[in-house]
Amino acid sequence: MSDHAAGDHGHHDIHPPSHYVRIWGILLTLLLVSFIGPWFGHQIVTLVTAFGIAFVKAYLVIKHFMHLDVEKPIVHYFLVTSVVFMVLLFAGVSPDVMHHEGTNWSNMAAEAEIARALSAQEASGGEHGEHGAGAAEHKPAEHKPAEHKPAGGDH
Amino acid sequence: MAAFKPIATTRSATGVLTSKLAVWWLLASEVVIFGGVLCSYLMHRIAHPEWAAYAAHTNEWIGLTNTFVLLSSSLTAVLAHNAAEREDGPLAARWLLATVGGACLFLMIKSFEWYTEISHGYTISANGFWSFYYTAAGIHASHVIAGGLIMLWVANTARKNEELHRVENVGLYWHFVDIVWIFLFPLLYIAK
Repeated sequence: MSDHAAGDHGHHDIHPPSHYVRIWGILLTLLLVSFIGPWFGHQIVTLVTAFGIAFVKAYLVIKHFMHLDVEKPIVHYFLVTSVVFMVLLFAGVSPDVMHHEGTNWSNMAAEAEIARALSAQEASGGEHGEHGAGAAEHKPAEHKPAEHKPAGGDH
Repeated sequence: MAAFKPIATTRSATGVLTSKLAVWWLLASEVVIFGGVLCSYLMHRIAHPEWAAYAAHTNEWIGLTNTFVLLSSSLTAVLAHNAAEREDGPLAARWLLATVGGACLFLMIKSFEWYTEISHGYTISANGFWSFYYTAAGIHASHVIAGGLIMLWVANTARKNEELHRVENVGLYWHFVDIVWIFLFPLLYIAK
């Protein structure tokens, strides 16, 4: 391209437009598969068709539309670093978020909210739980900070 | 072509044009932003069994339609890049305008969806699920708006066959916005 500086990654192999239309067709097919996955009623199938296919779709977009595979290594370093930080965040925070009780603490507000919401959903009788009006009327549980257990309690 | 060109459009110390490197740098930071939001949602979704019932109220048909719109707009964005590689600025501009059309359609559908949900009482303060729903989709929608505006600006220069490298740069950003939605779709609409 005339506007590209010398020393840029160089020109991508210029594919015909039909190549991109073909990738788009594959993406739409995968989209339909991910949409109908839950119709089978199996949790594993739903997870695979929803999230497994999401990764495949993202790979296709990154490779064929963003041309990451022909980029210089520094771009890969950028992205890998950011993904590593994201994984670190998940690894560091998830033990506190995904559990409501630890050795010296318990998140009573979260436990109370789960108990309140599940009982409200059961009382409403529907498998969809609290409906719109119910959501509007919903009185949030009082948010208490995670409370510390007395020292020497559950050690 | 303008006599003066910003250094970002002419310098390439790393082997990647500086302006494009800046876009990749931006996207790397966006990975952490959206990754943080999506990871937080995932953690809470697993820890809160009651969210399954809340998630059942999202409209998967609207999610499907909006995913179709964004995937299609990614196609038009890459076709704009393809035209720019062939130094056909006017065609690149037209494909970019088609992409902006996709962005507008996405936002219109999203507005209708939010209006319906809010009118049924599913507001951002209804519970934790809806807070995440509006936060994640809202941050994403703000990126769609920003992308649409930038593409309008790039299309204006591309139609004059100027600064065609910008077509690829804005395309990279747009594909990233598409990828974020590819993950939001199953999280918010499919896994119920």
